[in-house]
Amino acid sequence: MVLGSVPVKYRVTIDRDRCMECGRCIENCPYGTFRWEGDKITAVSRNCTACHRCIAMCPRDAIGLEERPVDYRSHPVWTVEAREAIFNQARTGRVILAGMGNAQPLPSIFDRLLLDACQVTNPSIDPLREPMELRTYIGKKPKRLEFSRTGAGDVELETKLTPNLMLETPIMIGHMSYGAISLNAQLALARAVHKTGTFMGTGEGGMHPNLYPYQDRLIVQVASGRFGVGIDYLERGAAIEIKIGQGAKPGIGGHLPGEKVCADVSCTRMIPLGSDAISPAPHHDIYSIEDLAQLVRSLKEATEWKKPVFVKIAAVHNAAAIAAGIARSGADAVVVDGFRGGTGAAPKVFRDHVGIPIEAAVSAVDAKLRDQGVRNEISVIASGGIRNSADVTKAIALGADAIYIGTAALVAMGCRVCGNCYRGLCPWGIATQRPDLVARLDPEKEAVHVANLIEAWTLEVSELMGAAGINAIESLRGNRDRLRGYMLDEGMLEVLDVLPAGA
Amino acid sequence: MVKKIDAAGLHYTPLNRQVREAVAAGEDEIVIEHVLGQRFIADGLVGEVTLVVNGVPGGDIGMFMRGPTVVVHGNADHAPGNTMEAGRLVIHGSAGDAVAHSMRGGMVFVRDDIGYRGGIHMKAYNARHPYLVVGGEARAFLGEYMAGGTILLLRRGSKEPFAERGLASGIHGGEIFVRGEVDDGCLAVGAVKKSFGDEERAGIRPLIEEYCRHFGCDAAPLLADDYTRIGPASARPFAGKYTWE
Repeated sequence: MVLGSVPVKYRVTIDRDRCMECGRCIENCPYGTFRWEGDKITAVSRNCTACHRCIAMCPRDAIGLEERPVDYRSHPVWTVEAREAIFNQARTGRVILAGMGNAQPLPSIFDRLLLDACQVTNPSIDPLREPMELRTYIGKKPKRLEFSRTGAGDVELETKLTPNLMLETPIMIGHMSYGAISLNAQLALARAVHKTGTFMGTGEGGMHPNLYPYQDRLIVQVASGRFGVGIDYLERGAAIEIKIGQGAKPGIGGHLPGEKVCADVSCTRMIPLGSDAISPAPHHDIYSIEDLAQLVRSLKEATEWKKPVFVKIAAVHNAAAIAAGIARSGADAVVVDGFRGGTGAAPKVFRDHVGIPIEAAVSAVDAKLRDQGVRNEISVIASGGIRNSADVTKAIALGADAIYIGTAALVAMGCRVCGNCYRGLCPWGIATQRPDLVARLDPEKEAVHVANLIEAWTLEVSELMGAAGINAIESLRGNRDRLRGYMLDEGMLEVLDVLPAGA
Repeated sequence: MVKKIDAAGLHYTPLNRQVREAVAAGEDEIVIEHVLGQRFIADGLVGEVTLVVNGVPGGDIGMFMRGPTVVVHGNADHAPGNTMEAGRLVIHGSAGDAVAHSMRGGMVFVRDDIGYRGGIHMKAYNARHPYLVVGGEARAFLGEYMAGGTILLLRRGSKEPFAERGLASGIHGGEIFVRGEVDDGCLAVGAVKKSFGDEERAGIRPLIEEYCRHFGCDAAPLLADDYTRIGPASARPFAGKYTWE
């Protein structure tokens, strides 16, 4: 096959009547889509990734973008994607690397779940007038409380409580490492969680000193590569998360390519400059649930039992049984990351075909933990493809205590979900370490955008709760009576423990 | 001054609390007697202190540790020196699997044998350079995914070539020295044999001498012997694995 034998994915056009040849599109496109030809700007459509940076920056709205301008012969089995993947692999003989979340057109379960609202028989609650309790505590809850009475008649709590994280909203930001995203992007997220009273994950990339002022809102991560992990790092975090798996690529590790390991990334990860940062598939000190318990306890022991320890798994077929094991490992929260979870880079075959939907996984995990009488022992955090406040509300009604967002927070900072994160050239300054690109992201401004998003969703969750006559998030958690399934099959309704619409 | 702690019947949490309190009180040597299976001894411990552990500790001794010297008079369970940052761990006996797992600084000396996955994913950065010195044998997957540091396997008493499989699979940094010959069939993906000359011999000399100092043996024959040096074929073992979507 010769170059050009595969049609362009996008066609970029310049409206000559509108273009004033200012050259901003050339400056802004790191992929080289625009260039001067004489005194005219021309577009090389083949380089375009549909990141929209040029469109956002063009002062005259002169740039047009069309997806798939060249038709293939249509075929229901041999889709364009199937054919182009074969062209690619026939040429290279390699594993196809892709970015962002699952790109298969599979139906969303969230979209087939409908929320409830009060009419007549029980009044809805007006969140503007009545207090709505969205504060969420993540960590172990005691089965029962013991009290004693002092001589003076005061009541004292005898039960020893374990440390919990206090969230002002059930929306947290998941783990995106320094390396996968830029320092400016991490700073914006850190300021946003500080402002909104919630938490974010550092990912497996250590903690840059510029994030230290926000450390009481950061959940540090211990993954199989142990990058950046040391006693100081563990002490700084508000909580510690052991990453076993990730929804975008369950069962495999991660390779941060050497090109992305710049001086600062090398420093926080504690690895040599330009070396691949390889996280193996398993933790090599965890080959069983007993070994996991040992790692949980080693982290608690190292930090003198002052910090909650989370365990994150990808939503896989037997996630419920795995979560039940995690509940007995001493962990304080289990994070279940669904198959739509995003990533900077994952083999396409994993991103698109491995794992199960978060809706089914979180419901199964919640049910299993309740069946076994250990739901109070562990909090459940759902993540992977949460797109709006309705998804948040539905995930909680299916049994989650809180949720993590990832892609949504990046979109709030400008990300257009072009899916080229693994190339390290993110024109929005998010998934890149190139200084000129990173400088495009203003942490102050983007912190406001991310905080706005969290605040808006929180407001919507409280409105949805009020409409359903619920005034505390605790009453929504696992409350499947507030959900009805629409166009879901009987088997799925059973897994979700949800009645069909009309029932 | 020497502080004594009796670990008989003591859970690891109160034991470590006593150790931390002693370090905070300025003790420079702590002797823990009757250790029997307590895990996480010196877990996350920071300071310039010597811990003498008499007995058989449980897993993860010296995990996340930065600075102390821990001397174990007995065998150690799995993963001693796990993710350790700095300090010394000297084991008068054998140790289990995953010794020095993800270790990023300091030194681990094991007098006798270690189990599987020794030195797995050890890594170096700037001044931090981890060393694992083993007097006896190591099992399969030694130095797997190794990203930096030095492993020295002395195989005292062994004459046959080293023949455990999966040696240094996925290695992308650091070096492994094995006394004597290494069967070519052991070398896993990404691992290659490299030359062993005067410079390398001088490099491992202090490690051999320190090993012999700790365990009271004669360094001369070990210094005179030949070693097989194993390193990474590339710092980017997976650079050619992927294509873009």
